[in-house]
Amino acid sequence: MKKTLSTTALAAIVALGAGSAALAEIRIGASISATGPAAFLGDPEAKTLELLVEELNAAGGIDGENLRLVMYDDGGDPNRARTFATRLIEDDEVVAIIGGTTTGTTMSILAVAEDAEVPFISLAGAIEIIDPVRPYTFKTPHTDRMACQKIFEDIQARGFTRVGMISGTDGFGASMQAQCKQVIGDYGIELVADETYNPTDADMTAQLTKIRNTAGIEAIVNPGFGQGPSIVTRNYKQLAIDLPFYQSHGVASDGFIELAGADAAEGIRLPGTALLVANLLAEDDPQKPVVDAYKTAYESHTNSSVGTFGGYAHDAFLILTEALGRADATDPASIRDEIEATEGLAGTTGIYTFTPEDHLGLDLSAFRMLEIRDGAWTLVD
Amino acid sequence: MRISPKTATLLVLAVLVALSPFFFPSNFYYRIGSLMFVNAIAVIGIVILTGYAGQISLGHAGFAGIGAYACALAPVHLGLHPGIAVFLGAAISGVLAWMVGRPILRLKGYYLGVATLGFGILVSMILTNERDLTRGPDGIDVPDLGLRALVNGLGLNLSNGQFWYFFSGICMILGAWIALNLFNSPAGRALRALHGSEVAARTVGVDVARMKLQAFVISAVYASISGSLLALQNRFVSPDIAGFMHSIEMVTMAVLGGVGSVLGAVIGAGILTLLPQVLTIFAEYEQLVLGLVMMLVMIFLREGLLPSILKRFRGRDE
Amino acid sequence: MSELLQFLFSGVTVGAVYALVALGFTIIYNASDVVNFAQGEFVMLGGMITWAAHAAGLPLPLAALSAIVITSAIGVAMNKLAIEPARGAPVVSLIIITIGASIFIQGAAQIVFDKQIHSFPAFSGDAPLRVGGATILPQSLWVLGGAVVVFVGLWVFFTRTLLGRAVLATSNNRLAAQLVGINTNFVMTLSFALSAGIGALAGALATPITLTAYNVGIGFALKGFAGAMLGGMGNPKGALVGGFLIGLIEALTAGYLSSTYKDAAAFVVILLVLFFMPQGLFGRKSTDRV
Repeated sequence: MKKTLSTTALAAIVALGAGSAALAEIRIGASISATGPAAFLGDPEAKTLELLVEELNAAGGIDGENLRLVMYDDGGDPNRARTFATRLIEDDEVVAIIGGTTTGTTMSILAVAEDAEVPFISLAGAIEIIDPVRPYTFKTPHTDRMACQKIFEDIQARGFTRVGMISGTDGFGASMQAQCKQVIGDYGIELVADETYNPTDADMTAQLTKIRNTAGIEAIVNPGFGQGPSIVTRNYKQLAIDLPFYQSHGVASDGFIELAGADAAEGIRLPGTALLVANLLAEDDPQKPVVDAYKTAYESHTNSSVGTFGGYAHDAFLILTEALGRADATDPASIRDEIEATEGLAGTTGIYTFTPEDHLGLDLSAFRMLEIRDGAWTLVD
Repeated sequence: MRISPKTATLLVLAVLVALSPFFFPSNFYYRIGSLMFVNAIAVIGIVILTGYAGQISLGHAGFAGIGAYACALAPVHLGLHPGIAVFLGAAISGVLAWMVGRPILRLKGYYLGVATLGFGILVSMILTNERDLTRGPDGIDVPDLGLRALVNGLGLNLSNGQFWYFFSGICMILGAWIALNLFNSPAGRALRALHGSEVAARTVGVDVARMKLQAFVISAVYASISGSLLALQNRFVSPDIAGFMHSIEMVTMAVLGGVGSVLGAVIGAGILTLLPQVLTIFAEYEQLVLGLVMMLVMIFLREGLLPSILKRFRGRDE
Repeated sequence: MSELLQFLFSGVTVGAVYALVALGFTIIYNASDVVNFAQGEFVMLGGMITWAAHAAGLPLPLAALSAIVITSAIGVAMNKLAIEPARGAPVVSLIIITIGASIFIQGAAQIVFDKQIHSFPAFSGDAPLRVGGATILPQSLWVLGGAVVVFVGLWVFFTRTLLGRAVLATSNNRLAAQLVGINTNFVMTLSFALSAGIGALAGALATPITLTAYNVGIGFALKGFAGAMLGGMGNPKGALVGGFLIGLIEALTAGYLSSTYKDAAAFVVILLVLFFMPQGLFGRKSTDRV
């Protein structure tokens, strides 16, 4: 056993030192929550990045140089994310980082990347990531505030004013719950019930019963991701609640309809991206080619359906590689400038135009209000 | 001349902290080093609790969470300097441990396990859900300790990673020194008697309940300071720090190194901090290998690394 | 009134799952004094294997059966490879070994299966049953029935059969049990098989309600452990009552107080109970050995 351990120690030194060997390749880094509580989001992100790097190198790389992706699994823990970000920059010497599946891990990576002046494209939702704008940090997903706005816009248009919320207590659900509470007043809507569930809970009928029995309630919103919203949806049907029901972009994937059951999911609305309604996009829709290409590649490669979150990774990769093509790919500052110069770039999430004041580059129009009809996504507007 | 085991341990640690940087392939290793030292502080606390006093805790990450959030919150809400907040956090942890410890240390074995587990989960739940205070599951920024600027003002030029490496290293050595003194004090001897057999300790007149409580409070303070240092170093903290897996990590580090010894604690912390970095070469097999390593070490080196190795040496002497 | 009834239904549904996990803890604890933190992984395996087998075309009952058999085999392997070699190790080491096993099984599951969330159809349809203005899913009755059947089965096993008494004897005094001719290794193997099988059964029954994924195990393990300790470790009656109590406390807290702190309520109750009854509700009094 002693021997095994010293071999392990040796392997440690070799593995850690092996960082700086190969030449003539562009090295980018990623820290993704491929396991842990956010694995549901991180797993498709990691698969997407692997797939895209493979495709890009098969097609000749960037200006003839191969792209090498160094990817670590931070398990959703900000402390580990910080360590991996340090490792990517100090040891692997990457020129840019994609990652931060959750807001917590993003905030950790962000600090390291800003310190070292390495461009960083986050895949997490919170508005704090890009507000205030930091020079080296960008992000591809909509903010959760925008999701709330899109939902409340729709609720307002349908003439409802009294809404209940049931949110997950994970980072995604809690952050969106807080953002929704901040903007709800702008739409003349009153929050009459506010319940939560833990991401691992198995039954939410108690919370839903409480919400249903709230006087005058007209619609229910469920910010959350993972299995929680599927269970909420099933319980919704079990209790035969017939109020209009809104999910968040956290469940925007075919997998949700499958898990919740087409029957239970019937009539649910949520703010989603073009990715889910690829077959409904107009032929001249600028997003159609990129959406179709990604959907086909991902689904044939992984044998599972695409979702919004893989799409965020796709868009981050697209923005970064486009910028790498234009920039001096050895100089992080030049890459940063080119990312910021991204204009009118069609991704799966929306059309990105960054400016020095806007490191998200999307507006509300990128969100499309979807409704589930007969087990499929349809466009509301 | 014969050096006492205490001096020897401290010397080994000092040499470790001072000389390791000469072998670092890149600046990244300062980060790993400082994480090892910060973890080692918490693990020395576990050695006092489990190794000296024979009590189990599956919830010590709760105290690390308190220490960490004290550094995030006290500067904002109470206007305290983050350095003072470390001591505030330690004081809160100590008092809380004293209050919680009195009832639950009467429990034994797994019952104590579930009670401490419950305590840890309660703390992590509060940190996660009291969003108005803690900013919730996404975590909160921690202010700058300011010590690096002060040290660099004296003419040194340390990078952030280097500063935290040496600062955590010094804190760890201090922690080890205090623990070793405790070990050699009359109270420490009483504590060790406790681990041997509670009944026997009681018969020879040791106030068992008081000793256990003392060990619990001291270990809570160690965990709290470890959490504070981690938060200050990361300039950020999230409720993950108080999570169940962090509690398990602490205990595993202690047992891995050898739960009765301070040096073992440092070795255990070192290995388990480095391990995830090594395991990245296994990509998706990472968790599989981690689980395997935990099982193998516990099966084959059940007294922990250091004692097992020492035993082998001694075996040869005889 | 219908509101209270709905909360109770919610509580017993979840409680039945906890109770099944707690019963699994009880068996292994009785045979070996080991609290097996990988018990939750057996539940996960039950769900995931049933899903995979069903997706591969096996009819549901057969898929569930195969899950139970395979998981039992994994339980036996775990005993042979990880628990038996560590006999006599201190409690802390055993905790770490079983947590290591739990991480190992999770790691294997994410490679063998995947990291997505899965489910399969409920055994008797999704149409909720209405009782006094509240609703309960037929699948909840399956889980409830499962918990009761397993409990009765274990009770009969431990009190009425020779083998069951052999298990209890082994737990009380391993050496003495060996001296009177009990094959203690066989008892250990049997209890791991049984416990893993019950865990898998829980997974197969509960997945249409709770859904499953490679990482759901640890949550079940913590709640089941809490339930078993609340009831008093080693006592099937305690496990059953403890599991249901935790489910009910959670549901009632969510319904009447705060859904945010419903898990906290469960642990506060545990701390209070242990404060007054250090052996849990039905635990046996143990004395220190000198």
